[in-house]
Amino acid sequence: MQNQVPILQMGDVLIVTIKPDLTDDEAVKLKDDILHEIKKNNIYGLILDISVVDLIDSYMGRILSEMSDMSRLMGASTVITGMSPYVAISMVEFGLNFRSIQTALTVEKGMEWLNISRTMGVSHG
Amino acid sequence: MVENIQIFQEYDAILARQRGREMAKQLGFSLVDQTRIAISISELARNILIYAGEGEVEIRMIESSGHKTGLEIRASDKGPGISDLEMALTDGYTSSGGLGMGLPGTKRLMDDFEIRSDVGKGTSITIRKWLSS
Repeated sequence: MQNQVPILQMGDVLIVTIKPDLTDDEAVKLKDDILHEIKKNNIYGLILDISVVDLIDSYMGRILSEMSDMSRLMGASTVITGMSPYVAISMVEFGLNFRSIQTALTVEKGMEWLNISRTMGVSHG
Repeated sequence: MVENIQIFQEYDAILARQRGREMAKQLGFSLVDQTRIAISISELARNILIYAGEGEVEIRMIESSGHKTGLEIRASDKGPGISDLEMALTDGYTSSGGLGMGLPGTKRLMDDFEIRSDVGKGTSITIRKWLSS
C-alpha cells in the first residue's frame, strides 16, 4: 500500500500535499524525498499543505514538526497551509500548537509569505 | 451499535479511528467532536502498538440514565501495564521517547476517562463522549 506522495516544484519552492492516514513507512520515505529535493534543486521554501488532513494527533504532529525542523537545518523555510477549523480546534485542545512553524491559510498565501521572506532576507523560523 | 477492532499493526489503528469517526457521525456528533473522538482512538490504538504490541479497541453506542446518547471506546491490551499511572497522565512524560502527550491530551478531549492497569497483566482505558442535547 505504498502510495506515492507527489512533490511539486514551483521555482525554488516545493509543494507537498500531505494525505490523511499517512503511515510510518510513507512518512519516512516522504521526509527522505523532500530533503533530497531540497538539496538537489536548491530549494528555498517548503509548503506542506494539510487541507485534506482530517486530524492531527501526536503522530502526525511529530511528523510535520520533524519535516519542518529537518528542512530548517538544511536552510529551507517551511510553511504549513490549509488547516481546517475543526483540525485547529481539536489539536490545540489536545495540546499541540506548532508554535515554531509558520502557517498560512492557503498554498497561495504560503507562497506569498515565502516570497516576502525571500525578498527581505528574513531567516527562516 | 458495537464495533470491535483487533489492533496488530498500524493500519488497524487507522481503521479504528476511521470507524470511530463514522459511528460518531452517525450518532450526530459535530465535526469537531468527531475529530476529538478520532484523535483519541488514534492515540489509544497507537499506544497499544507501542507498549503492548497488540490489543483491541471496542467502540459502542451508549445511553446514560438521563437518556443522553454517547460513544464509549475501550482500548485494552495484555501488555506490561503502567507502573506509575500518575506519571503516565502527566503532560510531557514519556517512557517511549514519544511526545508524552497521548494520554493527558486524550483526557482533555473526552468527557470521561478511566484507566485500569495491572503491571504484568495489561491496561484497559475507557473513554466517553456525550452528545450534547
